[in-house]
Amino acid sequence: MAKLNVNGTVHTVEVEPDTPLLWVIREQLGMTGTKYGCGIAQCGACTVHIDGAATRSCSLPVSAVSESQKIVTIEGLSPDGQHPVQKAWLALDVPQCGYCQVGMIMASAALLARTPKPTDADIDAEITNICRCGTYNRVRAGIKLAAEGGEMRRG
Amino acid sequence: MTTALQVSRRKFLAGSTAATAGLSLGFHVPFAGNAAAQGAMAPELNAWVVIRPDDTIVVRIARSEMGQGTLTGLAQLVVEELEGDWSKVTTEYPTPGQNLARNRVWQSYSTGGSRGIRESNEYVRKGGAAAREMLIQAAANAWGVPASECKAAKSVVTHTPSGRTTTYGKVAEAAGKLEPPKDIKLKDPKDWTIAGKPLARLDTAEKLTGKQIYGTDLKLPGMLNASIKDCPVFGGKVKSFDAAKVQGMPGVKKVVQVGDSAVAVVADTWWRAKTALDALPIVWDEGPNAKLSSDGIAQWLKEGLDATDNVFVGNQAGDAKGALATAAKKVEAVYSYPYQNHATMEPMNATALWTPDKCEVWTPTQNGEAALAAATEASGLPIAKVDVHKIHLGGGFGRRGAFHDYVRQAVAIAKQMPGTPIKLIWTREEDMMHGAYHPVTQCKLVGGLDDKGNLTALHMRISGQSIQAAVRPEGLQNGKDPIVFQGLNPSGPEAAIGYTVPNVLIDHAMRNPPVPPGFWRGVNLNQNALYLECFIDEIAHAAGQDPLEFRRKLMANHPKHLAVLNTVAEGVGWGKPAAKGVFRGLAQTMGYGSYVAGAAEVSLDDKGQLKIHRIVAATDPGHVVNPEQVARQVEGSFVYGLSAALYGECTVKGGRIEQENFDTYNVMRINEMPQVEAHAVPSGGFWGGVGEPTIAVAAPAVLNAIFAATGKRIRNLPLKNHDLGRA
Repeated sequence: MAKLNVNGTVHTVEVEPDTPLLWVIREQLGMTGTKYGCGIAQCGACTVHIDGAATRSCSLPVSAVSESQKIVTIEGLSPDGQHPVQKAWLALDVPQCGYCQVGMIMASAALLARTPKPTDADIDAEITNICRCGTYNRVRAGIKLAAEGGEMRRG
Repeated sequence: MTTALQVSRRKFLAGSTAATAGLSLGFHVPFAGNAAAQGAMAPELNAWVVIRPDDTIVVRIARSEMGQGTLTGLAQLVVEELEGDWSKVTTEYPTPGQNLARNRVWQSYSTGGSRGIRESNEYVRKGGAAAREMLIQAAANAWGVPASECKAAKSVVTHTPSGRTTTYGKVAEAAGKLEPPKDIKLKDPKDWTIAGKPLARLDTAEKLTGKQIYGTDLKLPGMLNASIKDCPVFGGKVKSFDAAKVQGMPGVKKVVQVGDSAVAVVADTWWRAKTALDALPIVWDEGPNAKLSSDGIAQWLKEGLDATDNVFVGNQAGDAKGALATAAKKVEAVYSYPYQNHATMEPMNATALWTPDKCEVWTPTQNGEAALAAATEASGLPIAKVDVHKIHLGGGFGRRGAFHDYVRQAVAIAKQMPGTPIKLIWTREEDMMHGAYHPVTQCKLVGGLDDKGNLTALHMRISGQSIQAAVRPEGLQNGKDPIVFQGLNPSGPEAAIGYTVPNVLIDHAMRNPPVPPGFWRGVNLNQNALYLECFIDEIAHAAGQDPLEFRRKLMANHPKHLAVLNTVAEGVGWGKPAAKGVFRGLAQTMGYGSYVAGAAEVSLDDKGQLKIHRIVAATDPGHVVNPEQVARQVEGSFVYGLSAALYGECTVKGGRIEQENFDTYNVMRINEMPQVEAHAVPSGGFWGGVGEPTIAVAAPAVLNAIFAATGKRIRNLPLKNHDLGRA
């Protein structure tokens, strides 16, 4: 049995302790916004926040997370999809297939929370998620737009 | 057309069996509001357009959306002709079963070969135009005035003389009962106001909140989850497995054999299914390919470079061999291209529900009709009792078009558990080891120069794998696979060579190793453009000429090829000094009906670490439906093409692929991404695709720039295998 604080709610789940946090979120808690891409913390599609830090949930056993740690998934990033990163992503139409984008958004939000005005070098160092459609330049532009927090219009 | 759906809906309402309830509920969840399932509520104007009483425009899309933007682009084309209000547009997928039941009214579902827009633009526009005419006629009938006195704009019909207006939603029901017009005139693209514009995508919002449902996210009532292992050796089979060892593990429901080569565990959750599968003892019969290796394959292909058996000619003019024998100078080089995996971010998956009366599949697919055929075959049921519900794809790149192995497997598992929906998700390892790989080829090129440095003869001998021989042998022509010659054909919209050389021979020694090949975004254009564009660069240097000027001399008869090359040359500043330590390379090709070119700027540090600074790209697809979308496809093409150039290689050892995940099959990340300047330069008069052709110029432009920087000619990918340090 595990107790998890996800998006502000404490959930009790019956699950084997070595089950990766990703699969508890997706299967026991039924929140499928967080994606499975590789299972070995390479691609970042499974990125969630744990106490504000971007964390790859596919390789983290649920037993390694305590009830006192605050887990935030894409479903809890903002109540209405209006986080500055989500707004910037909408303004620039960043996603293509979109499968990796939840992880990109979570990683970018964590970066901006810690480094409100990231440099290109900061982005290069912190955003290591894989995108196969090739949205990297728009991800970079999206992070910068979110950092500026300026007016965002959609074409 | 919606008989099947209506039947299951009624059964559900009547409180029928759990399985049927699941079916209806399952349909309800991801496809709520499907107008095709609500025919009585909102009658269609035609197959392409439904207008609801509240003026909502539902555009039916037969091709699949996998990130490339076709959903938005096709809707733009329909709504342009419809004169609809773009802010009221939604889209939906008719199922392939519905297409079949309506005599293929939506035509092809195939979403590959960059065909989504270029092949269907005319008939979808006609659908929009016909609907517009019917709406105008219905309004005119209601007013008792001639339709010629009425016009439509932004979903409003106006009777010009009186100024009366009505909306599409008000007249749609009456319009749906009218005869469709016979003669339909399409707008001149120069008059477009919706098509041709950089409109925002229709499918972005849900991708930002986690609400977008992919195949892996599907939930059906009573659904169980499956994990599968196919024999890791190509052509091998299951010898035995010990189900008793895992039957008692948490959540495990069933252990089943799938076909003769795979075993699956079905459990309450996917993670438990995978955990049990990992613990399941399986003995494989590794079969005839157990000793297959990359070295062995390379040796076989090398033999083909000079062979005379199983050789097919793709392009021939003059007497290349004779001219080479008398050339003042000969240049010769051998190139090769490795196996590569599509590596879509979303692994292969499908959900199937089988009963003796019906089989339904929910899956991300690039070709709903091919998925339907695969599901039907696996189900053992007549096709009328089978249907496929397409789900948004987490990447396609060709893996989910011609190959529905994952659909067959899901149905085969579901068939062993009648009435229970089964969601099968592959592990990344399964995905990497059971791909439909970019085929391997080698290429020997020999060029002949006269004493003035003109290229007078070219022989390209390609040796290697034919995709069609493995995938659809009916596409072979007397044994020849014409697709092998993409980009090297003498003429035609499907990729014509951009150079005029008096004596040319381009031939293919077909050698088909037992590693399954597939259509990998860009397909054979990728290696053909690399071989030719790097070799042209080699010859230019051998002739002591500038690579751009050397190309231009050969391109006088190919103005569209030349125009895009000139665009990138100008954009990158060819002929002007680059920044200190920065070097440039060029490449051009034609494919999928479009003309493309790329210029790269690179530098290397003292340790040979490559930095790709900037790419300038140009695309002439004839017409551009959404310029922002074209730019996104071009940017993405460089990520796909440069990932392949830098890292993409699947090697074979012991009959299996050695790279099992992204730790050994690396791809480009954001820190390696160059700036990309994408120029769309549509010249009109034809329709080309944009999803694929640009990929082919990524690697050669960079390799030519690396040569400019180092004097090292890289003739086989990926670059990770090469030391680029200065000699």
